[in-house]
Formats: sequence, structure tokens, C-alpha cells
Amino acid sequence: MMQLLSFFKDGIRQMAHGGRGYWLWLIGLTVVIVFGVSNYLDQFQSGLVVTGMSDQVSWGAYIANFTYLVGVAAAAVMLVIPAYIFHRKDIRHVVLIGEGLAVAAVTMCMLFVTVDLGHPERIWHMFPIIGHFHWPASMLAWDVVVLSGYLFLNLTIPMYILFCRYRGREPNPKIYLPGVFVAIAWAISIHTVTAFLFSSNVGRPFWHYALLAPRFLASAFAAGPALIVLALQIIERNSRLKFDRSVINTLGLIIAVSLQIDIFFELAESFNEFYFPTAHTVGATYMFFGLGGARGIAPFTWGALAMMLVAAAILTVHPWRRRMGLFNLACVLTVIGIWIEKGIDLIIPGFVPTPIGEVFQYRPTAREVVICLGIWATGALVFTLLAKAAIPIEMGAVRATDLPRQLSGPQELSRPAA
Amino acid sequence: MDKRHLPVLPTVSRRSLIRSGVAASAAVLAAPKTAFASFFRERYREMTPAEKREAVRRIVAQAKRDYGVTLDVGTEDVLPHVVFGYALNLSKCMGTRRCVEACVAENNQSRNPQIQYIRVLDLVHGGLDLDTSDHYFDPQEVPVAGHRYLPIQCHQCANPPCVKACPVEATWTEPDGITVIDYDWCIGCRYCMAACPYWARHFNWAKPEIPKDQVNPDTHYLGNRPRAKGVVEKCTFCIQRTRLGRLPACLEACPTGARVFGNLLDPDSDIRYVLENKTVFRLKEDLGTEPRFWYYTD
Repeated sequence: MMQLLSFFKDGIRQMAHGGRGYWLWLIGLTVVIVFGVSNYLDQFQSGLVVTGMSDQVSWGAYIANFTYLVGVAAAAVMLVIPAYIFHRKDIRHVVLIGEGLAVAAVTMCMLFVTVDLGHPERIWHMFPIIGHFHWPASMLAWDVVVLSGYLFLNLTIPMYILFCRYRGREPNPKIYLPGVFVAIAWAISIHTVTAFLFSSNVGRPFWHYALLAPRFLASAFAAGPALIVLALQIIERNSRLKFDRSVINTLGLIIAVSLQIDIFFELAESFNEFYFPTAHTVGATYMFFGLGGARGIAPFTWGALAMMLVAAAILTVHPWRRRMGLFNLACVLTVIGIWIEKGIDLIIPGFVPTPIGEVFQYRPTAREVVICLGIWATGALVFTLLAKAAIPIEMGAVRATDLPRQLSGPQELSRPAA
Repeated sequence: MDKRHLPVLPTVSRRSLIRSGVAASAAVLAAPKTAFASFFRERYREMTPAEKREAVRRIVAQAKRDYGVTLDVGTEDVLPHVVFGYALNLSKCMGTRRCVEACVAENNQSRNPQIQYIRVLDLVHGGLDLDTSDHYFDPQEVPVAGHRYLPIQCHQCANPPCVKACPVEATWTEPDGITVIDYDWCIGCRYCMAACPYWARHFNWAKPEIPKDQVNPDTHYLGNRPRAKGVVEKCTFCIQRTRLGRLPACLEACPTGARVFGNLLDPDSDIRYVLENKTVFRLKEDLGTEPRFWYYTD
């Protein structure tokens, strides 16, 4: 118990130690969070009327970000699988970063759903026993189960491994491997359930198709690892964490293949919609071309498609992918392109036109955008603090003080891929 | 008006025991008792008669504060052997929107922001393509030659996707076929709105505004009692009227007699006559939602 306490104490001590850049970053995030919170308090007072949502478009930026971030959280498995299943030592060095990102992403997901509620103080109505949890019928109830479970797994497994490092002993695979297997299946489930949340709606033909879940996974496994690649490089520049190029190469291939599959899915879907358009094509028509004289989100749709195509081209051509500048550009384009595809382009055309044929535009208000930024900043803060504490422990720079000194030397850091 | 309270068997559930435990321990903290009682309130369906009376008392007091009106909040239970159904004659509807106005007045819908349970569509080409319909038609005079009008409200589905979607069981279908919402249990996630194929559910984006002199004091707990911001609401076939044997306000307001309402289990009812003698159809029947709302033409 005392060991665990000193583990947490040392972790928090790490979070509170850093250079000027670190503190400026934390202060900057805090300022954004404070703006977000004050705007949220206003929304809480006045109601969701301060957002751009309406009876016509009854979900907007909050649920769009939620959907995207579930994908980011799920994408942590793209590090977990090679690290634990294929025993890639190089990736094992950075797998904690993926898990930290998953924790931050799930935290943001929960915040995005909460700020979308008309009565957040009644959230206990969802709790089993004291509330009425409509499980297994409601897909939203399923989402609560899988997201909380995923958060639990991604907190406990890394914590166990870090604690072993802290105590200077090897983690016992018999303890953590079952958890890892569960976490892998669980990661697939969180994004599948989130896709079912939409595809289960028979009254919304734009969402009601079986390819939605596979497409969610494909786009998540492109956007998530792209974000991890960018995060890794930033961390490498600002900490003592070093990792092998082979990590980036593997992730680059994963992004490339996922992106290719995602674009193929989009093509297959568009063929079905437009080869012989039916009444159900109208949402896709709105997405690509606008409706009722309004261009709506069409510029975003085409922009996202262009970004994803350019990214896919860079990642597919080996000499291009090997150039770090181009590769990073492809990652940025993937992250943004899929945010548009899965945020704006998934949510809004599900509501436009309404099931009874009304075309009503949605545009987020400034307040809504600031609340979103506040939540993103919260996620960045959670990730920063977790990474700040985890990296020195993982690298052996921070060890329990009651251990013999020779055990606490830094490990061999970069190793060629196994 | 003295409304009768049908006896409901008192049942003590595991939940209410735990809840009363929580509420009791909360009360020990010496905070205002009513605030806690209202926060840890049970869902309407599980309330004992005493809890219902207490909840009604709270609602009446709140309405007194908000609107200066003394409400009559009924808790009438289902009438025996009754399942309600509705039919609408498209040949007669001429798009006056009187039903919409009567519905807003009867059901205490917010005037600002505006909430309306009935949407009348102007089918410009006479067909049934909802996507080319005009929702905001406003000619000098209705009907306009060559136009058909299609009012849509909650279809009180026998297999409602909205009820299935709700994560907290705040909405359910009563045995008489009316899908209702417990406004004090709804968390405002709006998943039911995404699930409804008929766009029948509406959200209180802000605190509803109703002029004090326009509040309808004759209400039902599951129907037209004033709502708070942040919850979903919908048409209840005027549960406050129909459970007392009266007709829905939209039907009474219709100047052309296009609307027919009644008990589907009564072979002599008007609704049964329409279903048996007219060519009726239902909107989006292919979705399998089994609406209890039919359309027909002469």
C-alpha cells in the first residue's frame, strides 16, 4: 500500500517538474479550459439554445467530436497489438503513449457526451440499481458500458506495468496479458458500438447501413495512429524518450493501409448511393452537393476527400513516405480529413433533411466551439500529465527509493526491431 | 375540477428502498428536504400513490411560482380495454393549420422558442415525396389548387424506435398505446429524436415561455403539464383529455372534419369504421414501427 502511495507521489512529483516550455504549455491549456468552462456554465444556465443545434439538427459538434475521439481511443490497439502480441520491443517502448492517448480520448468522449445533455445532473439515472439503465436495448447504454470499461482497462494495465518498473521488477505476463487481450477486443467494441449508435436508427437512411462499423474502424485506424505519430515526435523533442524509426515505419504502414481501405469504403458507399439514386440518397446528396439552394457542408466534404487522397498517395509511395516532412504532412492531413469525415460529414447529413423532408442548416455557435476547444484542451492536459509521469518511470529514471541503486539505471533505450 | 385518482397497488422496489436510503442520508446533511426529495425522485412508473401525490404537489407549486396559475395535474391511469388510434382524411385536409394552433394552446407548448407537435406538409406535386414538401407554406388562402396537405405528428407506434433508444427508460408506451415521457426522468440526450422516423419529438432548447394568461391548467402528469428546459416532449394524443373520454384538441379544432380518433378495441368506434371501410395507409410502413396513425382518402 505504501509502495503504491509513493508510486503515485513520485508520479505527481514528475508532473510538477518541468522546464519553462512545459509550464507555458500547461498554463496555455488551463486558460483554454477556463474559457471552455465559463462558456459551459452559461450553456448550463440558458440551455442548449446557445448552441447551433435545433429540433432539425439535434446533434452537432459535441457528438461529432465524441464520435471521432472514440476512434482515436480505439486506435491505441494499433500499438498494443504489435507490442504485446508480436513482441515488438521497439513498439513496447512507446505503447504507454498509445494507452495514455486512449485515456485522454475516452475522457474527452465522456465530457463531450456530458456537455450535450439537457440535464447533466440527472446522469445518475443511467446508473444501474439506483437508476434505470436501459441495457441491452439502448445502444447508448451499451456505449456507456464499453467506454467505462475501456477507460478502466487503459488505466489499470499501464499502471500495473509502470508500477512494476517503478519497483524494479519485470511485469508478470500472467497478470497483464489477459487484460491486454480483453483490451484489444474491447477497443474494437467501443468503436463498433459507437457506429451501431448511428446505424441502428431505421429512420435515418444516411446512417442505417451495415458498412458503417467497418468504416468507422478503418478511419479510426488511420486517424488514431497518425495522431500517435505526431504526438511521439513532439514528445521525443521535449523529453528524454527516444524510440526507433521502426516504430514510425510500422505506424506509417498501418495508416496507409487503413486509409486505403477507408477510401475504398467511401467509394463503395458512394457507388450505391449515386448509381441509381433513391429517396435515401438525399443525405449523401446534401453531403456532396448541398440541398435546397444551400451548399451546406459540401466544401468540407470535398476538402476532406482531397486531404485523404493526398495523404493516401504520400503514404502509399514508399520514397515519399520515407521523407519525414511529407510523412508528417500526410499524418496531419489524415487527422484533419478524418475529423471532417467522421465528425461533420457523418453527423450533419444524418439530420439534413429531417426524416420528414425539411432542409435546415446547422452552424455551430462561437460558444459551442469554445466549449469544444475547452474539452480538447482538457484531453491534451490529461495526456501531457500522464506522459510526463509515465516516461521517466518507464525509462527507469524514477524508481522507488528503497530499491538497491544498481537496479535503477536507465534501460537500453533503442533497439533494432526484433 | 376534481380528478379521480385510480388506486395503484403500492409496491416497494429494491430501487425505491435504496433511493429512500440515499434520500434519508442526504436529509441528514440538513439541506432543504424538498430539493433532495425532488432530486432523488423515483420514475413516475414506480411511484406509489403517495409519491405521486407528493410529485403532483411539487409540480403545482412550481407552476404557481412560474406562471401564477393553479394547475390541475391528473394522474389518470389507462382506461380498461382501450387502445387509441387516429386516422386522417387527406382528401379533406386543406392546410389551415388550425390543428397546430389548438395543439400548442392545449398542450402548453413553449411559444418562444416555438415548439409544435404537428407539422403540416404542403405536397407541391400531389405525391407523397416528403423531401420535396414545403413545411413553411404561407399562401393568401388555403387550399391552393393542385396542392395536398399532410399533417404529421407522433404516430404512437406499437414498435417505437424512440422507446428502444432511450438509455434511461424515461419514455415508454402505455397499455392504451400512448408513448409518454417522464419529463423529470429525461436526461436530455436526444437519442430518441435521432431514432424517430416521423420527427415527432421536440426538445426544450431553452426555458419554455408561455404567456401567463395562456397556460392551460387542465393537465396530466404524462402529458401537457409545463415542462422545464433540457427535456424532450411529444404529442400524447392529448392524454389529459382522451383518458377522460374526450377527443384530442387537434381533432376538435379541425374545420373540415378530416380527423378521426377512437378506441381500436371498440368495433363500433369511428376509427374502426375508417380502418374497415377506407383504403388506409401508414407513413413509412416499411420500417416496421407499426404506427397507430393512419391516412386515407375519400
